[in-house]
Amino acid sequence: MAAVFLVGVLAFLGLRGLLVPRSFGQYGHYRGDAIKEIAALPVSYAGHQVCEGCHTEVLDVKSKGMHKGVACESCHGPQAKHADDPAAVQPAKLDTAVLCVRCHAANSSRPKNFPQVGAAEHSGGEACNTCHQPHSPAMVAGGSQ
Amino acid sequence: MTRRQLLILLPAAAVAWEHILAGTPEASPNYTMSEHWWGMLMDITKCIGCGSCVRACQLENHVPDGYYRTWVERYQVLDWTVETPHVDSPDGGKNGFPPPKEVGGKNFFVPKMCNQCADSPCTQVCPVGATFVTPDGVVLVDQKYCLGCRYCVQACPYGCRFINPSTETANKCTLCYHRITKGLTTACCEVCPTGTRQLADLKNPKDPIHEFLKNHSVQVLKPHLATKSKCFYYGLDGSVR
Amino acid sequence: MQIPVEGFMYPNEVELQWSVLIVLYPFLTGLVAGAFILASLERVFRVEAVKPTYRLALLTALAFLIVAPLPLQLHLGHPERSFEMYLTPHASSAMSMFGFVYLWYLLAVLVLEIWLDYRRDIVVLSQTTTGWRRLLYRMLTLGSTNVSARSLAIDERVGWIVTVIGIPSAFLLHGYVGFIFGSIKANPWWSSPLMPVVFIFSAMVSGVATVMLLYMLLNRLRGEPIDMRCVDTVAKYLFYTFIIDFSLEMLDLIHRIYEADESFRSLDFMVHTKLYFPHIVVQILLGTVTPIVLLALTQVVKLSETLRRRIYVVAGILTLVGIFAMRWNVVIGGQLFSKSFLGYTTYKMGWVTREGLLTAIVLSILPVVFLWILVKLLPPWPERHTVTETAGD
Ligand code: HEC
Ligand code: HEC
Ligand code: HEC
Ligand code: HEC
Repeated sequence: MAAVFLVGVLAFLGLRGLLVPRSFGQYGHYRGDAIKEIAALPVSYAGHQVCEGCHTEVLDVKSKGMHKGVACESCHGPQAKHADDPAAVQPAKLDTAVLCVRCHAANSSRPKNFPQVGAAEHSGGEACNTCHQPHSPAMVAGGSQ
Repeated sequence: MTRRQLLILLPAAAVAWEHILAGTPEASPNYTMSEHWWGMLMDITKCIGCGSCVRACQLENHVPDGYYRTWVERYQVLDWTVETPHVDSPDGGKNGFPPPKEVGGKNFFVPKMCNQCADSPCTQVCPVGATFVTPDGVVLVDQKYCLGCRYCVQACPYGCRFINPSTETANKCTLCYHRITKGLTTACCEVCPTGTRQLADLKNPKDPIHEFLKNHSVQVLKPHLATKSKCFYYGLDGSVR
Repeated sequence: MQIPVEGFMYPNEVELQWSVLIVLYPFLTGLVAGAFILASLERVFRVEAVKPTYRLALLTALAFLIVAPLPLQLHLGHPERSFEMYLTPHASSAMSMFGFVYLWYLLAVLVLEIWLDYRRDIVVLSQTTTGWRRLLYRMLTLGSTNVSARSLAIDERVGWIVTVIGIPSAFLLHGYVGFIFGSIKANPWWSSPLMPVVFIFSAMVSGVATVMLLYMLLNRLRGEPIDMRCVDTVAKYLFYTFIIDFSLEMLDLIHRIYEADESFRSLDFMVHTKLYFPHIVVQILLGTVTPIVLLALTQVVKLSETLRRRIYVVAGILTLVGIFAMRWNVVIGGQLFSKSFLGYTTYKMGWVTREGLLTAIVLSILPVVFLWILVKLLPPWPERHTVTETAGD
């Protein structure tokens, strides 16, 4: 009986040596390679610094306007593929009727100091970018400044 | 388990196991784990509930519909009823929020995500070491090692974990580990229009987080659970759970 | 599939993680631990009266223990990775202990003890049966066919030691299951140092009740008289452990009500609405108070044998229902409320899904099938039913 147990334990230890992934325990009680695998995942949002490298004209406009704190991909969506190969991948056209109200529709839950409009009566049904310039919304003629 | 199932499972397990043993070592260059200690700052007073972060997180990390690595809650506290606030989070706030049913009271949004606890209850309970805190302070899940026992989902006090139905493994915010190790910020911080969310490297003395923490009253969620959360909230109301 | 939600849940909390299979798991291990502790009563404390149930209790424990890990395996997202539990057990996780406690208990305690106890019978059977059964018994002897008085005395001695080791092991087996829940600080419904203790006592209650019912049922089926002295004693133990179990549960309850911490309002609401039927009605009134009152009657009033038997049967069945409800309320109840304490979700049990009702039913019948096989192979009754002792060596 004892022999059976001993053989069992030895077989277990042998198997364990074979089966535990090699990087297990490299940093702690886990597979060290898992960190590298996760770090190697692809990126979808390129980050505004990348966009600004090419679209300097937009940056010039935007950095002077009220949207200076809003990153390109906040409105344009994930564009890493476009940034890698601008000719092959074109960003989709944006619909300002959907886009702008996400942030600016009047809502009593929002902080009071954030600029909000009752979209329907404010725009009179027109697209927001007929009056506002998306990259610098407050600077259009007749705008608030 | 029937014998038939077992016969199907065993070769599948063997193949899967080969894959796990192999690993895919591909380190990010110029990144040293020991030089960072990641956390997050949330300035609740700035959040407008636009849901950009939730959408960006889903796109960046391929989060399945109906599950959330980050989400936004809306609070409404009428009068002194701090104990029983009205809270909602339709689709995790992904599509923004309709105007509240009742106008008045104290209103604010609270973005939620994995708190990247240093003493994380979720990694503590993992039976096999499939989830862990990295040397740079991020709680990750090894998708190739996780059993799918769901114990970690039960153990997270903040409801930040879920089982990904397509992989049957535990899933959660990685603090965009694949981005921050490449020098980028997280997807949610990238798209946040108001600066509510700010990635913070607590080991970097030049990070503005230090100045902020010095000059503001901040709080973590559920401090009584002593999880050493690294998600700092500024302007957190007592009614927030 | 829309799951009805009341109030506010964190969005990832709406779906329940642990299903009816995880309800079944502590129920089954509870029966194992309880049945074993009853068996060890006879062995270690030499309670002669319960002797007729000794072997039956051991076989019951084994039958249920074989099935116990199945619900766990079935609920895993990746059952094929479960052996990682043995390769890289995480020292800080209560769950990682499972693999080792289970193996230890199965091989080092239960199988060993049964083998030692049956060794003489196996040897006898291997000489008196024919065909494949003979072969099987031969194998089961593991080559040790010495049944001299001396070697039997050694068996007895070793068996006693195994039992002594077995009792704490049984406590460990089930106490750790309680700890899995009791140690989750995120969940106030579970988080309690009393949890493991309550689990152990409720395990004893359910195990004793099962063995009592099985003993009566099997004797009835075989047309044998029921040893009333034995059943009376078992029922007495059932009564006492039940009282301890009930007191512990009430202590937990009263403590919660009196302390009324931040989670209390939410949990209290849940117990009065969604959990009212399974918790108050089934677990407490039907499954605990009623059997305790019934058993108390048999202790206090002098009743006829038939009436006592009937009461035991009713009390035993109600006890099992109550203990199952207790597991249900712990496992499912602990996931119905939001950790924000602001809302409640609903458990939708699947029917013929992997974690559905059908699986649960099959898994609850399976141990009975195993028990039947075990009883056929290793009859737990006294000698006169097996072949008389013609063998020696
Ligand atoms: C490598 C340089 C480069 C980078 C980096 C780059 N773009 Fe572009 N982008 C271009 C070029 C070139 C065009 C014009 C393509 C054409 O018209 O064929 C363009 C066009 C666009 C357009 C307009 C498409 C239209 O309908 O006219 C948008 C919007 C845009 N880019 C957004 C972005 C964003 C957001 C980023 C940051 C993720 C970005 N770009 C990064 C080169 C770049
Ligand atoms: C507030 C939302 C918003 C932000 C932030 C934003 N854009 Fe735009 N962008 C728009 C809209 C709206 C349009 C016009 C829609 C259309 O015609 O497709 C546009 C158009 C463009 C175009 C097409 C040519 C043009 O100038 O009209 C380019 C290129 C572009 N954006 C690049 C950028 C870059 C680069 C950034 C970051 C520096 C950026 N955008 C930030 C909303 C935004
Ligand atoms: C992702 C959120 C977001 C989107 C989408 C967005 N904005 Fe803005 N907008 C902001 C922020 C943030 C500010 C700056 C508010 C501040 O600093 O007080 C701002 C400022 C403005 C202002 C200036 C308000 C003032 O006080 O003068 C106008 C006008 C405006 N946006 C119009 C638009 C229009 C038109 C669109 C659609 C093309 C749009 N915004 C889309 C976030 C957004
Ligand atoms: C007909 C032209 C016109 C259209 C269309 C229009 N706006 Fe305006 N908007 C204005 C003018 C003019 C102002 C500045 C006057 C003011 O402060 O009320 C303004 C101001 C704003 C402001 C700043 C309000 C504040 O409180 O500071 C926001 C935000 C805004 N617009 C958003 C939008 C959005 C979103 C749309 C699309 C739904 C839109 N606008 C469509 C003309 C327009």
